[in-house]
Amino acid sequence: MLIKDTTGIPSSDITDEALYLHRRQFIRLAGGAVAAAAAAPLLACSGDPIAAERRGGGAFDSAQSPLTGYKEKAIATDEKLNTFDEITGYNNFYEFGSGKGDPKRYAGSLKISPWTVKIDGNCNKPADYQLEDLIKPFQLEERIYRLRCVEAWSMVIPWIGVPLNQIIKRAEPNSKAGFVEFTTLLRPTQMPGQQTSALNWPYTEGLRMDEAMHPLTILAVGLYGKTLMNQNGAPIRLVVPWKYGFKSIKSIVRIRFVEKQPNTAWNLSDPSEYGFYSNVNPEVDHPRWTQARERRIGTILPRPTMMFNGYGDQVASLYTGMDLRKYY
Amino acid sequence: MRKAAKVLVFLACLTPIAWLVTRALTGRLGINPVEDLELTTGIWALRFLVFTLLVTPVRRITGWNRVIQYRRMLGLFTFLYASVHFAIYVGVDQFFAFGFIVKDVVKRPFITMGFTAFVLMIPLAITSTKGWIRRLGRRWVVLHRLIYVSALCAAIHYLWKVKVIIGSPVYYATAIGLLLAFRVVWHLRSAKPVKTQRVTA
Repeated sequence: MLIKDTTGIPSSDITDEALYLHRRQFIRLAGGAVAAAAAAPLLACSGDPIAAERRGGGAFDSAQSPLTGYKEKAIATDEKLNTFDEITGYNNFYEFGSGKGDPKRYAGSLKISPWTVKIDGNCNKPADYQLEDLIKPFQLEERIYRLRCVEAWSMVIPWIGVPLNQIIKRAEPNSKAGFVEFTTLLRPTQMPGQQTSALNWPYTEGLRMDEAMHPLTILAVGLYGKTLMNQNGAPIRLVVPWKYGFKSIKSIVRIRFVEKQPNTAWNLSDPSEYGFYSNVNPEVDHPRWTQARERRIGTILPRPTMMFNGYGDQVASLYTGMDLRKYY
Repeated sequence: MRKAAKVLVFLACLTPIAWLVTRALTGRLGINPVEDLELTTGIWALRFLVFTLLVTPVRRITGWNRVIQYRRMLGLFTFLYASVHFAIYVGVDQFFAFGFIVKDVVKRPFITMGFTAFVLMIPLAITSTKGWIRRLGRRWVVLHRLIYVSALCAAIHYLWKVKVIIGSPVYYATAIGLLLAFRVVWHLRSAKPVKTQRVTA
């Protein structure tokens, strides 16, 4: 196994699963009781200190539901987490506008239920899944990852999701599946950015099959213990922590197995600036700014950017022999 | 009365930076405060640049000659906001890492443009006093045409900074483009007939 458990907790210290699940259930039930006791208008400003702490001190949002039974800190880092307010208030999601505050401001209009994900292309078991059916068979895991935006800022985010490779295996891709193509929802009535020509809509992204199968790659459905906010790509998004943030496509409606390298939204927008691979690489600058340093949101001074965003031990072998200046 | 109006305009020009300082001191900057500071001061520099470039067209179209009295003040406020913008880039964004700054200015076209726009404003700010206007005479007018080059660079600086060219960078570039085009058209129209009112550039 390539992935080291960085939490360093001996297995004897880990709560027995039955007890653990019981505890989560208890919390859920207790939470339900509290919610039931509270008058509906009060719900919007719940002062539940546990919930507030888990969510990084953000305001309670009734649009999100708590996720339970996930494996906490399946992969983690000891770096300081970004707060819920930072993670949900500073986003790039051009479907809702190009300003960093636009997604939070406008994403509320998006209806995410019901949500269907089509899995098709070169595989034996193509299917249309309701979101619940897509995720339910698998154990949810918390993955605390660094996110490095191509614009040279970064965050640390406690995602909750499932490894993409489990979902891929279930679809049984065949020998003609060399790449995986992802597509975001196209719904201009609820995604006002799609009424402009900022990008080629719908947004598409792609991974090479071995990148998609890598254990670090996940489909996230939540963060900070709750389902995703719309501005973070609800209800389901990709997270590839060693690549620039725009590779981690949001609000996915289609996953397709293809033979050739698929087109990707930012590459179509400007191929000289945004390559297909877009691995975090401090040595290969964006044509218009340096990628050697980044600003962690919540801090002032710039810090050096790490090769593969610090995940080189796990992923560098995927690119052995490749010229990363050419395949940026 | 005229003095009072000038004081009012002066105070109005100070409010954006006063508000920014207030937000900074009370912890009400955005989630990325450095970007907030840079963007706010940069946008205000562009706005004051547009106000400055508006003075002459407004005067010529409306015949309201007194507006010329505000041109120097607006120009100097443009320089103030551009200076703060530049200082934040050097002192906060890059934290005085001069190696990185020099590389940025040389290698990053959008920073080259911003830097050029700022540097070109320096001689204009210095020679904005009555003494310099008198000393330079006709050459003062020629020198101060540098503001057109500076404005072009500033517009391009913002256009090249963003990932997708939509929204506010386009609006500022359009405004500056129109204001410069006005001068070209005015010059062409007034060049042929008898020269009458080429008092100001």
